[in-house]
Amino acid sequence: MDYLTTIGLEIHVELLTNSKMFCGCPADFGGDPNTKTCPVCLGHPGSLPVMNRKAVESTIRLGLSLNCDISPRSIFHRKNYFYPDMPKNYQISQYDIPLCVGGCLDVEMEGYARKVGITRVHLEEDTGKSLHVGESGRIHGADFSLENFNRAGVPLAEIVTEPDIKSPEEARAFAQLLRSTIRYIGISDGKMEEGSLRVDANISISAGEELGTKVEIKNMNSFKALQRALAYEEERQRKVLNEGGTIVQETRHWDDAAGITHPLRSKEEAFDYRYFPEPDLLPVEPEPAWIDELRESLPELPVARAGRLKSEYGLPVEMVSAIIAEKALADFYEEALKSGGDPREIAKWIAGDLAALLNEQSVDISGSPVTPAYIGELVGLITKKTISGKMAKDLLKETFSSGKSPAKIVKEKGLLQIADEDELMSMVEKVIAENPEAVEDFKNGKEQSLKFMMGQVMKMSRGKANPQITSDLIKQKLS
Amino acid sequence: MSISIEDVEHVAKLAKLVLTDEEKEKFRRQLSDVLDHAKRISEMDTGETEPTSHAVPIVNVFREDERRATLSNEEAVSNAPWAVDGEFKVPRII
Amino acid sequence: MAITEMEVKEIAEKINNKELSSLEVAEAFLKRIDTVDAGINAYITVAHSQARKAAGEIDDRIASGESVGEYAGVPVGVKDVLCTEGLRTTCGSRILSGFSPVYDATVVKKIREAGLVILGKANMDEFAMGSSTENSYFGPTRNPWDPERVPGGSSGGSAALVAAGEAPWALGSDTGGSIRQPAAMCGIVGMKPTYGLVSRYGLVAFASSLDQVGPMTRNVHDCAVLLDMIAGHDPLDSTSIPGARPCYADSLNPNVRGLKVGVVRELTSTGIEPGVLREFNKAVELLAASGLECEEVSLSSFEYGLSAYYLIAPAEASSNLARFDGVRYGFRAEGEMEDIWEMYDRTRSEGFGDEVKRRIMLGTYALSAGYYDEYYAKALKVRTLIVEDFNRAWGKFDVLVSPTSPTTAFKIGEKVDDPLTMYLSDICTIPVNLAGIPAISIPCGLSGGLPVGFQIMAPPLQEEKLLSVACGLESLLGFDEKPPALI
Repeated sequence: MDYLTTIGLEIHVELLTNSKMFCGCPADFGGDPNTKTCPVCLGHPGSLPVMNRKAVESTIRLGLSLNCDISPRSIFHRKNYFYPDMPKNYQISQYDIPLCVGGCLDVEMEGYARKVGITRVHLEEDTGKSLHVGESGRIHGADFSLENFNRAGVPLAEIVTEPDIKSPEEARAFAQLLRSTIRYIGISDGKMEEGSLRVDANISISAGEELGTKVEIKNMNSFKALQRALAYEEERQRKVLNEGGTIVQETRHWDDAAGITHPLRSKEEAFDYRYFPEPDLLPVEPEPAWIDELRESLPELPVARAGRLKSEYGLPVEMVSAIIAEKALADFYEEALKSGGDPREIAKWIAGDLAALLNEQSVDISGSPVTPAYIGELVGLITKKTISGKMAKDLLKETFSSGKSPAKIVKEKGLLQIADEDELMSMVEKVIAENPEAVEDFKNGKEQSLKFMMGQVMKMSRGKANPQITSDLIKQKLS
Repeated sequence: MSISIEDVEHVAKLAKLVLTDEEKEKFRRQLSDVLDHAKRISEMDTGETEPTSHAVPIVNVFREDERRATLSNEEAVSNAPWAVDGEFKVPRII
Repeated sequence: MAITEMEVKEIAEKINNKELSSLEVAEAFLKRIDTVDAGINAYITVAHSQARKAAGEIDDRIASGESVGEYAGVPVGVKDVLCTEGLRTTCGSRILSGFSPVYDATVVKKIREAGLVILGKANMDEFAMGSSTENSYFGPTRNPWDPERVPGGSSGGSAALVAAGEAPWALGSDTGGSIRQPAAMCGIVGMKPTYGLVSRYGLVAFASSLDQVGPMTRNVHDCAVLLDMIAGHDPLDSTSIPGARPCYADSLNPNVRGLKVGVVRELTSTGIEPGVLREFNKAVELLAASGLECEEVSLSSFEYGLSAYYLIAPAEASSNLARFDGVRYGFRAEGEMEDIWEMYDRTRSEGFGDEVKRRIMLGTYALSAGYYDEYYAKALKVRTLIVEDFNRAWGKFDVLVSPTSPTTAFKIGEKVDDPLTMYLSDICTIPVNLAGIPAISIPCGLSGGLPVGFQIMAPPLQEEKLLSVACGLESLLGFDEKPPALI
């Protein structure tokens, strides 16, 4: 039977602020346990929260980036439940009147676009961390737990999507686009591995119009894991239904090593969060002027930039996605375009060889020894046939390691490509004379032998022979 | 008689309290008295009245994103019933 | 005259002109405490050495010619609901019986900066839940006017210690009448300021949207002085009101002729003890006779104040008290624990007393799925109607008046098993907290040898007017009775 997949995501983003959401403790990652705490984030009796302006602004900017409406009046609620990593045994969060509501994000897929509705974006505080200690080191079978509240109270924005996503691939593309958006506006570093970006998913499959029973999937620590987990769950649910079973509404845990989801066992707890307005915090009523100011502070966002790169330079979707993923990379690209080089060729070099080098050396684009101008220069050298593509690859590596401009290296090493037909012809003639077998093969229609002879010319010229001209000359000579 | 023993058990569970049978009955009776009295508010016509959750007419109270002094680790765990190497130790979480 | 019987003003003057040292004053009060408190139990913790040290420091500063505050060296009692760094803060609960705060509440910081010497921490109903100070893990406080009777509550310790001369003044907290009702029952002055005038930072929360710290004193002038010390914007409390405020002590003006006084019908008709009503009416007549316009006013929503309060306050409390779980501070149940859930259950069940458990359960119920709209949401709307009734009254009256408590001090044990009857003790004081307005209770007479309190209410931030009316009435009444048992 054919099933339709429906996915909604809930994404938590740790906001990049100096201080925590409700107190002045440092909000950065790490540190010795319980060294970034104060009476407020330890939930000491009598302590009170005061909102961090930047956290509110970051959430509003995120909402604006996702085309949300900003609520004219928004309040905080308390979400009540007991858990030892939660200092007050309630979480200050938002409930029925979040800061941002009703947005959308267009995700460009291969051949179509998916509009994903954003139900809401709200602001809340993070919890501390429990370390389960025992023989197995896991939550089950642990002997005791250790609580560290350094993270408690770090501001978190939660984004909830409509169930508009139709496949695991779309979910991944959405999450990646969202991550790009978050990083463009600078509100979070969006690191899934460190937990500053956490994606939970709800997935159901259905044969008809009516939605199926949804299952929540947690613990996906990379985009790849998100896609794999959802694909696994899609298949698991399909099997259950095909075998006449029913889907149980539950929370399942993704085990990345095993490549499966399994039900998250928890002690039977009555979930009744008893939300009520947080009396210690007053409402947020953003004035239009403030919202305008925040809107103006936004850079061109990934979706807009992708559209522009596509229409202005005719880049294919895949290449655009690679270029716009990081703002710094897209900025780098547009800077490189100033050289006047071919936009596609420049994109290809940046998203291809340069990205690979950066990745290999774990260098951020902002710290790239190859400047945008160098890429422009490199492409210019290729276009002018000063160097071959093969030479360009080596040249880029050398530019990367030395930080010298490509033109300078070419000059210093005499790397100019040989395009002089007479010079090349003498080499071609020499190769033909020395390789009668290859010549015979070529005449018998063996394509391989042309490549062999090209290689010999290249060897002779130490890679500087222009491949196109050389090839033409060989053919001409042997025809 | 506005609430049952089951109601008492339910709220006690949510509030992390354990009660003896005797206590359950006592609290059931006492809470019923109070809730019966409290229910009088349902007589009141509140129509379109907006709820008041805060007694001060102030909005947008923020602090700037600045750091303040933290407690030392020693101070942070100084009142802990059970602390190990600067962390709060608790029985296992299942 | 004994130091412990002197007015605050006199003590302050004598310290300032070096007739008395701060240490002598502290010693006199500590001796008084050591003598009488065994029979009253107004203090949970007496800070003998810390008080002596603080007093000595004031004396040193004075000796070195440093200018200290006008009231530096004057002792004070502090309700045990306010965090004092390094001085045990219990909230009258077993669960905090060994808790030593790592910081000072803002108001504590302020009184320390003004040079007041903290003698100790005053007894109270556990987590300020109660109207009799019988719900304390550290035993009930007795009323200095009659040791068989309660001092009122929840700030019963603060009220009793002022009445018994165990400190010249004290700080209390008021969520539904917890300053004013014990002040009335102990024959002293007690004031709940406008919500947001005094910082709540470091005040262990009972019901956050209602709680306010306030002065408990022997007279209205001292009340204004102590309010001056503790009032003002605090960036650590989001609900703290920004902006300048007047000096209340300087702006006291007992000449309040021509002011319009509304006598609230709903708080003076049913359920008020005849003796209380008699003394109250005499005071109203006195006001009328001295040129104030007194007129009855009906504020019908007040009928529902108690019901709304006993949903809103427990709801907030159920959440505020969730943090007491034996993880980061406070009492933790002993013995082997299967898991964290058992630790929570046992710690909280052994750590909290019955009244606290009752209110936690009541609040949990009012907030739980299925009952929220019927109870909690409805109560918040009733709260709005009470605010609106007050606002209508302010269109016509400068202040409103009523008895503070429907009865005089009742017998210890009389109401402990009947929570609803106990809650009715707060019927006159609750509307003030729901609306966030200021109110004061001053003693207006005796009924059956026990003090009766007169409550005056004013619009938000009109403490000047409130204190002036109270000051005017105080001089008209000339109440100077002292607890007979202690003279």
